Amino acid sequence: MKILIQNGRILDPSSKTDGIKDILVENGIIAAVEENISASADQIIDAKGYWVAPGLIDVHVHLREPGYEYKETIKTGSRAAAKGGFTTICCMPNTNPVVDNEILVEYIKMKAEREAIVNVLPIGSITKGQKGEELANIGKMAEAGICAISEDGKTVMNAGLLKKAMKYASMFNLPVLSHCEDITLVGGGVMNAGEMSERLGMKGIGADAEEVIVARDIILARNTGVKLHICHISTAGSVQLVREAKLRGEYVSAEVCPHHFSLTDEAVEGYDANTKMNPPLRSAKDVKSLKEGLKDHTIDIIATDHAPHHIDEKNCEYDRAAFGIVGLETALPLSITHLVEENILTPLELIEKMSTNPAKLLGIDKGSLQVGKTADITIIDPDETYEIDVNSFASKSKNSPFHGYRVKGKVKYTIVGGKMVFNNGELI
Amino acid sequence: MLKRKDILGIRDLTAEEILGILETAREMKEKIENKKAREKSLKNFSIVTLFYENSTRTKMSFALAGEYLGADVSDLGVATSSVNKGESLVDTGITLDQMGIDIMVIRHSMSGAANVLARNVKASVINAGDGVNEHPTQALLDLYTIYEKKKSFKDLKVAIIGDIIHSRVARSNVFGLTKLGANVVVGGPSTLISKNMEYLGAKVTMDIKEALKDADIVMGLRIQMERQKGGLFPDLREYRDLFGINEEMMKYAKLDALLMHPGPVNRGIELSTEIIDGSQSVINEQVKNGVAVRMALLHLLAEGRKNNEDIDSKWTHTRSFIQNRWDQRYIG
Ligand SMILES: [Zn+2]
Ligand SMILES: [Zn+2]
Repeated sequence: MKILIQNGRILDPSSKTDGIKDILVENGIIAAVEENISASADQIIDAKGYWVAPGLIDVHVHLREPGYEYKETIKTGSRAAAKGGFTTICCMPNTNPVVDNEILVEYIKMKAEREAIVNVLPIGSITKGQKGEELANIGKMAEAGICAISEDGKTVMNAGLLKKAMKYASMFNLPVLSHCEDITLVGGGVMNAGEMSERLGMKGIGADAEEVIVARDIILARNTGVKLHICHISTAGSVQLVREAKLRGEYVSAEVCPHHFSLTDEAVEGYDANTKMNPPLRSAKDVKSLKEGLKDHTIDIIATDHAPHHIDEKNCEYDRAAFGIVGLETALPLSITHLVEENILTPLELIEKMSTNPAKLLGIDKGSLQVGKTADITIIDPDETYEIDVNSFASKSKNSPFHGYRVKGKVKYTIVGGKMVFNNGELI
Repeated sequence: MLKRKDILGIRDLTAEEILGILETAREMKEKIENKKAREKSLKNFSIVTLFYENSTRTKMSFALAGEYLGADVSDLGVATSSVNKGESLVDTGITLDQMGIDIMVIRHSMSGAANVLARNVKASVINAGDGVNEHPTQALLDLYTIYEKKKSFKDLKVAIIGDIIHSRVARSNVFGLTKLGANVVVGGPSTLISKNMEYLGAKVTMDIKEALKDADIVMGLRIQMERQKGGLFPDLREYRDLFGINEEMMKYAKLDALLMHPGPVNRGIELSTEIIDGSQSVINEQVKNGVAVRMALLHLLAEGRKNNEDIDSKWTHTRSFIQNRWDQRYIG
């Protein structure tokens, strides 16, 4: 299978390339990147006006399998990923059972091999059953092929145990992805604490609940040799903590989710639980800080925290509703709309945060369009303007606050290992 | 006539709408006292009360208000119905809708529950208290009581004292009173009050005397005993001595200040018995006014339902959206 992509704007952060060129894909690898390639091919794509980028990588996805297949499966989640331009996704371990041993890692890998249309990399839990009591089989899971460990959805509240996990994980060069939330400070909160929660009469989650743990984990990670990665950073204070740690030269990275820079807590007005997520939508001041953090590279990665939930878990009382929204199919357009269009990031920087940097964090040979690399490629029309329609999602769940939201930027083609999986708007 | 399907909170009512409701309540109050004046404007209307949280008084007040206007009022005994077997709020609402209920009155422990119900049903929804969010009918009866005695809200100083943080009554009153031109000061121990109340237009103070100083209205709030498990203050004795309102404290307020309380009162804790039964107290009057205000709301909503196409078209739009989502429940 040969694919020739002509006249696209090549955005390759790994070689700092931003220019019009052709790309030839042959036998699953990138065979040539040059001006005016003349070769016969099975498929020729006219990419004039489009961006051609290394396939997007999402380090933070919930696929819900095993255990919650009514929300999402490895199959449907991977299709949503392909539609969203992602060629590699990392799935969080908070399934049922929790991914805390190598057997479950093997199960996910086997299912993914059979049913997924993008690369799926499992993440193992930090503690057995995510109970926060004893270390999970981190070494055995590393052998079986996890890409990171995380207790996402929960925080390891026992600092001593987390420090042990960090030391232990560093042996296998596994990053620790940290969900930062001090449960003793959450106090039943369901949205950001502030003016809006006061107006709506809802229990708030203060910035302190997140920042206390961001600070703690940065301190704990020192001298352990671990790659600490802060998940879904949401407050101005957290951005500042990461910025200061980086200035001190500590090994820490951070991700932000598109919903956190696209919406503020004002979206909760009306009590639609599709605006309920963890961490919650924050204030306009926090949003501004997140954008500054992206601009000065305090924040390295854009991740979705794709969290599918059934409509029954969302069309109900806000307090009772599940936390989380789907994100795979809206991440790129929201990022283009709010970051590129607002001149926060250049197109090349955006791709760096959605592909090259995630690959670096995971230590995988991806996020590059250089000759010889695996042909994971995403082709994007940056100018197409449209309204998001949740009914068109490939994901099994439709829980998004962005229904009817106007955006710019659409994925046209997704190529995984040289194989076309999303072809001009159609899933293969 | 109200141009809205539901009464979910004071926050989204305009000053004009509030005054309209108070005027109607004045007419209704006569009907409570004079049986002959009771017209059956709600004949053939069916009302159901859905109380996920107990409150005998409020439920009774709504039931009587409905009956005085000739409506059929029933109570979905939440504790004994299918709701108790795990049926969702939305499903319960849709079921009642199918049975042809016109007005649903809901009390719920979670903020925004009335909004969720309203979005999913064709019936009009009245919020009878949701979580720590709003208690619009209580606030309207408080406003009516003030209006009757003081004739105007302009520049009145209203002091609300006590457990502000758990009080939907305080919140609804702040929304309403500030809209109508009164100045509201909320006071209580720092763990029972949030500085964020200032976003709503109230002044916040931990100094009870300052809050009471020259007040035209003193509103005590009920200490929610069941919500004190988290240890927000040491004990009731300390609370009474430091934050309770008694004759001494009332002297800081104006001589003609009114003493109000949403009831039921913990006698001798947030208010002393002497002032509850004293000449400034209008606590009993509030109960009667509660029925009048609820009659007014039922009357206005029913009128709106009889002949307002705006409500219908707005509803149809929402409904089709909900219907889509409802269909999705059975897909995939
Ligand atoms: Zn998380
Ligand atoms: Zn997550």
